[in-house]
Amino acid sequence: MASLTAGGAAPSTRRRSRPGRRRELVAGYLFALPFLALFVVFTVGPVLASFGMSFTDLRSSDVRNPLAVEAVGLKHYTDLFADETFRQAAFNTAYFVVIGVPLTMGLALAVAVGLNSGITRFKAFFRVGYYLPVVTSIVAVAVVWRFLLEPDSGLVNTMLGYAGIDGPSWLNSPTWAMPSMIVMAAWRNMGYLVVIFLAGLQLVPKEMHEAAAIDGAGAWNRFRHITLPMLRPTLLFGAVITMIGYLQFFEEPFVMTQGGPLDKTLSVAYYTYNQFGFGNYSYAAAMAYVLFVVIALVTAVQFRVLGRRD
Amino acid sequence: MTTTRPELPAVPAGTRPAAPTPRRATRRPAGFGEPTAQPWIYVVLTGGLVLLVGPFLWMLLGSFRPDRELKQVPPAWLPQDPTLENYRNLFDRLDFPTYFFNSAVVALAITLGNLVFCSMLGYALAKLDFPGKRVIFVLVLATLMVPGVVTFVPLFVLVSNMGMVNTFPGLIFPFLAGPFGVFLMRQFIQSLPDELIHAARVDGAGEWRIFRSIILPLCKPALATLGILTFLTSWNNFLWPLVVAQSEEKYTLPVALAIYAIGENRSDYGLLMAGSVVIILPVLVVFLLLQRHFVRGIAMTGIK
Repeated sequence: MASLTAGGAAPSTRRRSRPGRRRELVAGYLFALPFLALFVVFTVGPVLASFGMSFTDLRSSDVRNPLAVEAVGLKHYTDLFADETFRQAAFNTAYFVVIGVPLTMGLALAVAVGLNSGITRFKAFFRVGYYLPVVTSIVAVAVVWRFLLEPDSGLVNTMLGYAGIDGPSWLNSPTWAMPSMIVMAAWRNMGYLVVIFLAGLQLVPKEMHEAAAIDGAGAWNRFRHITLPMLRPTLLFGAVITMIGYLQFFEEPFVMTQGGPLDKTLSVAYYTYNQFGFGNYSYAAAMAYVLFVVIALVTAVQFRVLGRRD
Repeated sequence: MTTTRPELPAVPAGTRPAAPTPRRATRRPAGFGEPTAQPWIYVVLTGGLVLLVGPFLWMLLGSFRPDRELKQVPPAWLPQDPTLENYRNLFDRLDFPTYFFNSAVVALAITLGNLVFCSMLGYALAKLDFPGKRVIFVLVLATLMVPGVVTFVPLFVLVSNMGMVNTFPGLIFPFLAGPFGVFLMRQFIQSLPDELIHAARVDGAGEWRIFRSIILPLCKPALATLGILTFLTSWNNFLWPLVVAQSEEKYTLPVALAIYAIGENRSDYGLLMAGSVVIILPVLVVFLLLQRHFVRGIAMTGIK
């Protein structure tokens, strides 16, 4: 890049001369160019193409000639909602999110409050420990959990056996397969929320707690009427991030159950992948777009709720 | 996420009033404040931690157990007859060194690309003035929430037509320029004083030189955080490598493990545990060594 001086007579640092501004403009575009080129080709393009594709009959056989396809209008979208398997997948995904998000948040909040309640020793140690699963590969974690959940030789049923409980064959049971996955997801993801919630808790002024305590408010009431309201933005942020992640769950059923038993753990992302595997590219794209719209709505709702409070 | 934290009557973290008020000094209400943590909280937190770390220990122990011991009912706590057989099988039955190499190459290339491209755009957005800059920023942010499942089908069509299916470029290119890094770098660079740049301009430094010799060295903490987070995300990434790596010599570690885990050897838990250790252990070590960067990464982006 040319090494121009910031010309102009006045040695002012605030106001830049015309050549200086032009130079900045050129530099700005040059700095932005490499990222934008990659970004347009590999992100923006596919996002738009996915949308366009969902109104065509593109299949794997059309890959070499993706523009020579017929438009089918809303056919895939109407087909989707008539597709029993998709409805099952949508239900499973909702189940995973509706139970999984509150569970993960509740556990994380309990740990964060515990860590914030005056723990001096081992605080960093605990925080690191709870964060450990977050950095690990979901595939590897799912493999390990399948081993833990083995009906006879698995650790979970062995421990339950000590307590006199005859544990089910978790992942082969239409009833228990999904709850098993939800617990595993909570186990893996709560550490992230613990860190977020801890940061939020530190912004709750201690003086408010102290004043309330002097006025006779018990620990539960202080939590309910001081901590929770002040933590609201943090909780919402955590809820949305977790929801967005959970709406896309895929690795867990792929590794643990292949969507079974009886499609009870098939997620929308997994079904999309399967349809792609069958060569039904445009149908898969339509399904992915429905998921995308749901995710966008969840995000928008959060912005609104947060915006109202500002 | 771009959520801005609503204004709170903020007391900066860790700041306590300098002088205790008389009331505070006389009687300290129980249930909060530093010295009042109750022993049961430690017990509960420790119990939770055991549940969190337990599966990792069980994986590690399992990776040293011979096959018959893995199927034993009830299982023994410690391996009775420890063996390295499972790790040897990662080489004999599978080709783990290749998958490890693939995972490492892909993750390193993606990390390097993001460090370079995101810091360049981050600098332009934070410190340079040019038309369209707001549009670019909003566009990049808008894709932060776009899940991989939305783009992988057209991306596959694109990559096929570029002849990059089952190649390293096919594994790497779609992730070289991620929106998260732009957001992180822009936020960080914005906090650097403008005077540095003006002074360098007056001294006759070119824009590239200013970026390279003044801005980048000051960005080390942000670059470290971005580098670690990007590497990890890529190391653990699954859906795209599963789609684009179609023959064994291009598998990454998670793809190889998942495909083995659902195939005919699905209950070969010895090998599966050893494979999981190979994927998880390096990450845990890196995390334990560099954990402050993770917390900083969350602080810089998550709830800022």
